Amino acid sequence: MTTEMLIAIIITVIGASTPILIAALGELVVEKSGVLNLGVEGMMLIGAVTGFAVTFTTGNPWLGIACAAFAGMASSMIFAFLTLSLSANQVATGLALTIFGTGYSSLFGQAFTGRPITPFRSIFPPELATDPVLRLIFGHSPLVYFSLIMVVAVWWFLTRSRAGLILRAVGENDLSAHSIGYSVIGVRYAAVAFGGAMAGIAGSCFPLLLTPQWAERMTAGRGWIALALVVFAAWRPFRLLAGAYLFGLVMTLELYAKASGGAFSFLPAELWASLPYLATILVLVLISLRRAGHSNAPACLGKPFMPAS
Amino acid sequence: MTIITRRTALKIGGAGLALPLLGSRAFAQDEPLKIGFVNVGPRDDNGWTYGHYVGMQALEEEFGDRIETTFVENVAEGPDCERVLRELAQQGHKLIFATSFGFGDYVIRVAREFPDVIFEHATGYQRSENVGTYNARFHEGRAVIGTIAGHMTETNLIGYIGSFPIPEVNMGINAFTLAAQKVNPDIEVRVVWLSTWNDPAREADAARALIDQGCDILVQHTDGPAALQVAEERGIIGGFGQGADMSAFAPNAHLSAIIDIWGPHYIAATQKVLDGTWESGDSWPGLAEGEVVIGDYNEKIPADVVEAAEAVRLGIIDGSIDPFTGPIVDNTGTERVAEGETIDDAGLWAMDWYVQGVQS
Repeated sequence: MTTEMLIAIIITVIGASTPILIAALGELVVEKSGVLNLGVEGMMLIGAVTGFAVTFTTGNPWLGIACAAFAGMASSMIFAFLTLSLSANQVATGLALTIFGTGYSSLFGQAFTGRPITPFRSIFPPELATDPVLRLIFGHSPLVYFSLIMVVAVWWFLTRSRAGLILRAVGENDLSAHSIGYSVIGVRYAAVAFGGAMAGIAGSCFPLLLTPQWAERMTAGRGWIALALVVFAAWRPFRLLAGAYLFGLVMTLELYAKASGGAFSFLPAELWASLPYLATILVLVLISLRRAGHSNAPACLGKPFMPAS
Repeated sequence: MTIITRRTALKIGGAGLALPLLGSRAFAQDEPLKIGFVNVGPRDDNGWTYGHYVGMQALEEEFGDRIETTFVENVAEGPDCERVLRELAQQGHKLIFATSFGFGDYVIRVAREFPDVIFEHATGYQRSENVGTYNARFHEGRAVIGTIAGHMTETNLIGYIGSFPIPEVNMGINAFTLAAQKVNPDIEVRVVWLSTWNDPAREADAARALIDQGCDILVQHTDGPAALQVAEERGIIGGFGQGADMSAFAPNAHLSAIIDIWGPHYIAATQKVLDGTWESGDSWPGLAEGEVVIGDYNEKIPADVVEAAEAVRLGIIDGSIDPFTGPIVDNTGTERVAEGETIDDAGLWAMDWYVQGVQS
């Protein structure tokens, strides 16, 4: 295998992993605050259609991403109001949000069928990316750099900042946090809003980064993968990065193996095709090997906050 | 016309259950004939389902208020489709078109319960008293675009993005490869299977993988234009629209398209149902009948290549060319069709092998 090919594979892997990573980072913060939002897929679709519509109409992808983030956040506020203010069941409400997002995006997207946009490529001058190795550094869409910066930012926020400590306290023991004077509901609203914005941006990766068109249900279940990745990564941002890239790698290797016409034939094609599933099983086994009670899940995850005031 | 997505179908289903079976025999002349369409994708997939949607529009134009149509989208190829079919039948639809291969078993099952409802299953092979099948000879179109690809490729490597290895798709791969090899015997076709009809991001990734391995022409048998967009961006020689003209997505890379024209079949079937002369059977027209049409040729295709492609197209129409004329050897080295022989329709429907030069 040549270096060229290796780099081509890596670039495809990064593209495939980026939306999953961004959405999962958002959900990680939401879950750390003790809220389980299963509406990621729906919010991603709303972000995807908004990002496409705004970019198509204005020609400005930055504005498209900003509006996608806003639309994702707005839809997450429906969820927040129902679950946080009205204490509705989080699982049911999250699923409803996914159904809503799917329907809304296909309705809103009807006007944009059959219309391509220019993909949102590298912000660096193309001369920088002529050499394959330099392309690996400078050849990506801004969305890719954004996802990597956010990994560090979320890690720093959760482990090194005071606000992050409060957020974790709310997720681990909402009553204690409440009793020392923190607004549990307020913190959770903010976390859900962040998760919604990230899911919206993740959705906008589909028309802006991966395939410059609007197609109904174009996220094709990646929101659920993002949700699974959060558990898989044990609520740790850097593990999430590794998990998202590992997932992108096994998915992409399967395609390259099939497309290679023999270069990957040291393993049978069926094995390449089953790699994503085998990897999932393997990681689940590794996770469960850890001592019981150490899954690192926030203790209040999914429980409505109802203080006995 | 009513458009129903899978979610609203749930609600309508509830209402449908509450209604008695709308006067099963009593659909008299005055009442419009209710016609249902069950589709695997959304009508804005820019490809396959869109083609059926256009066909339905032609049907409405022809019959006006003598018919009433319902178009159900995003129905999964599984138990869900059985429910949708049953609901349509319960709501008084007397003619139901199921437009995806995977609906077959469910169509047969539901049709048994509703003997006075007529079902037509696209690309299927199972028929009964009230279930007919219809299809288009897409592989004839594949032979035409294969001719273009054979002339145009420089790397002799062609990428083929497949959905599921079912006969319909296999016929396309083989017809394409045979036509390309007739022009250029060194052609190799690499197939990437995706196990989906509609996942644009994955189709695009498959296109990237194929281009990275040196393919300079891409062909897809999935429902959307994602692969063509990658072809456009990477600046390879090109690709082809599938199901509909997709040149809006890739003005440079879109070499031509295989376009399905379903309208005439829908009109003919509806007319027969209205006249009471419908009988179960199989309809499988192709280029000659105009159900499969080749789109405009891209300006960048040299004139002699267009001429060669046209020769194949016209040859298939007048019957002088059969895309599957022997000798055909499969990719394990077994001879499948002897010199001068062709494959009959039953043989085409059982195609589970690939010709020499296909890597799958």
